[in-house]
Order: sequence, then C-alpha cells, then structure tokens
Amino acid sequence: MPDFQPKIVAFVCNWCTYAGADLTGTSRMKYSPQVSIIRFPCTGRIDFMLLLKAFASGADGIIVSGCHPNDCHYSSGNFHARRRWIIFRGLLDFLGIDVSRVQFSWVSAAEGAKWAQLVNETSERIRELGPFTGYQRLRGLGVG
Amino acid sequence: MNALQEKARELLATKTVRVVIGYGPGSGGQARALFVREAAQARELIFDETCLQNLAVYLMKPDVRQLGKAALVARPATLRTLLQLAAENQLEENSLLALVPGADGVLSLSTFSALEAQVASQDNELSVAEKSELEKFAAMGLDARREFWQEQFSRCLKCYACRAACPLCYCTRCTVECNQPQWIPVPAHDLGNLEWNVMRAMHLAGRCTNCGDCSRACPVGIPLYLLNQKLILDVSANFNSRSGMTAKADHSLSTFKPDDPEDFIK
Repeated sequence: MPDFQPKIVAFVCNWCTYAGADLTGTSRMKYSPQVSIIRFPCTGRIDFMLLLKAFASGADGIIVSGCHPNDCHYSSGNFHARRRWIIFRGLLDFLGIDVSRVQFSWVSAAEGAKWAQLVNETSERIRELGPFTGYQRLRGLGVG
Repeated sequence: MNALQEKARELLATKTVRVVIGYGPGSGGQARALFVREAAQARELIFDETCLQNLAVYLMKPDVRQLGKAALVARPATLRTLLQLAAENQLEENSLLALVPGADGVLSLSTFSALEAQVASQDNELSVAEKSELEKFAAMGLDARREFWQEQFSRCLKCYACRAACPLCYCTRCTVECNQPQWIPVPAHDLGNLEWNVMRAMHLAGRCTNCGDCSRACPVGIPLYLLNQKLILDVSANFNSRSGMTAKADHSLSTFKPDDPEDFIK
C-alpha cells in the first residue's frame, strides 16, 4: 500500500512534549505531517478510553508522550500514567489488539529532535502495518 | 440446626446484628442470597458447594445498609473483597461480622486484623487450571485472540449484569451512564461492547479479588473472569501487589514506584 498515509494521533502533555514539539517547529525541523497533536495538562490526565476513542474515530496509530520520570510538572502524573499504560498494553494484547500501534515516549521540552525522530519512526511503522481496518470495522450504528 | 444456623440464630436473638446475609435454597439447583432478619428464620440458611455468590455485593447497597449491622456468610473470595472494600474506605472496622463456616464451627470475624489473618491463612493464588488457561491464550497469537474476543463480545447485550454482580463496581454514577460525552455507546454493537468490556476490566485492575461473579452473572456466558485474571497476573508481575490482602493497601493503579518497568517507552 504505497499511497497509504496513516492517521496518527499524539496525546502529549502541555509541559514537556508539547513544548518539545513546538521546539521542533521553531527549529524548522521537517517531520512527518501525518500526526495530529492533542494537548493535555499532564500524561496523568490521558485516560485509556481516549486511546480507544482515537482508534474508533479512525486513527491508525497513537503516540502518547510526556515528561521524563522525575520531571513531571505535577511531580507524579507521569508515574501514575506509566502504571496505567503497563496494564492497558497487557489488556489490549490479550484482546488481540496490536499494541505496536501505540507508541509511548518521554520527550522533554528540549528534545525537539527526538520528537521529530519519534514521529517519523512511528509514522513509518504504521505505514508498514497499514490501515487499522480490524478496529475500524467494529464501528457500528452511528458511532464515528 | 447446624453450626452456621445456630450462630445466626444466636446473633439475631441477642440483637448483636440486625440481619444475617447468607445463602438459601434457590431454583434450578442453585443457591440464592437470603436475608435473615428473624432468629426463627435462621434454619433456612444453607452452606454447600452451590453457594458461590460473593455476598459482599449487597453491603454496598444503601437499602441493605439501612437494615443495620450485618453478619455476612463469607467464602474465601468474599473475605478478600471485604479487605479490598476496607482499603478503599468503603467499610468501617467492626461494622460487620464475617461468618466463615469451617470444619470446626463458624468463625466470626469483625476486626480488620482478624480478616487479614484469615485471608493470609487461605489459598489466594490463581489455581493451576486458571493459570494454564491464560497461558493457552498467550500461545494463541494476536489474530486468534482478536477473533475469540470479538466472537465473545458480539454476544454482549450491555445488560451490565457483570457490573451489578460486582461488589467492587459500587460507583453510584458509572461512566456508562454519562452521556456528555457519551463514553460508551448505548447500542450493543461490536465497538461499544469492546469499549465497555475494556473499561470494566481496566476499572477493576488491581482491585478485582477474583470471585468470578461477573462471569456467573453474564446471561450470555462471556468468560469475563479471563480478563480479570489476566490483569491480576499482570499487576502481580509488574507491581508485586495483590488486591484484597490487607485493609490498608496501596491500590496498584493509584500509586507508583519510581522504578516501575518502562522497557516499552521510548
């Protein structure tokens, strides 16, 4: 599927990764345009249901990124989020949903280059995996 | 009168408790919950291999709490549930008596330390059969697992019997009743069924005490216990914790350790 342009949703925290992605832009680094960034106050705010809703709305891949451990603006939001992701990944895998479509990462406000690389790599991997038709087929009556 | 009936009669006659929640004979060879409020009625209590329900589910109901102090016939999973409820500040110490029928009479436990000691003395691990069933899934491969669960969830009616039967699903307002936004679609289609079952399992992660009542309550026989047991093993492997062991537990998902595993995070 050479023409496939994946839709990637990035859930990022306001304090580190959003600022890091901003740095990528202000540094004029070019990176994959397939990503749509959604800004959250903290990775601790990113409910697992939001990830499911992104897939249900047609996302082919998801990036979740926030502050490095010990750098959380609210001191422990990313630690709590990490536990949630550990459990959530295990559950998705158990249900037969490909967890390689969800990329978790820590990107600080100074890591503009890391953000560009992360998006490029994820975008390339999702392009190889193809559209997430298995999940999108689940969409039933009037659910977009 | 057997020891349990005698104990219940005595507790009610002395007004130590106002209600004994136990098992009585039901239809179809199954036991049903029995609320004994008169000493004379205590002779209807039974306790045998058909008595499977986790009666702790009733403790969370306001109309049961209104009845006054209760004694509760407790199986091993029920005792874990009581400790988990205590850890979640849903149960006051000495606010109820847990009646544990055994070979040499009926134990009557009311303090958290007594409950903890009783739980510590029983087998709380997943059985060998339960573990081997989960291992079978791990060996199945991603696509086979997806097909299995899609087939299972396609039968889900969204009746929420699993939620009603669960003593730890005690929120007065559940996410499925929230409609701004509508987190869980109302119709029972494949997407909504998947989302509901993922959410139910996630909200019980690190809390479920493996009583199995969700699966028993399911009218279409979805093996929900598999999801719960998978999460119990994951929580134990990653965070070295187990729900329902103490009355002062740190819930696995509302605490953290700085060195939690993160090999999947770039």
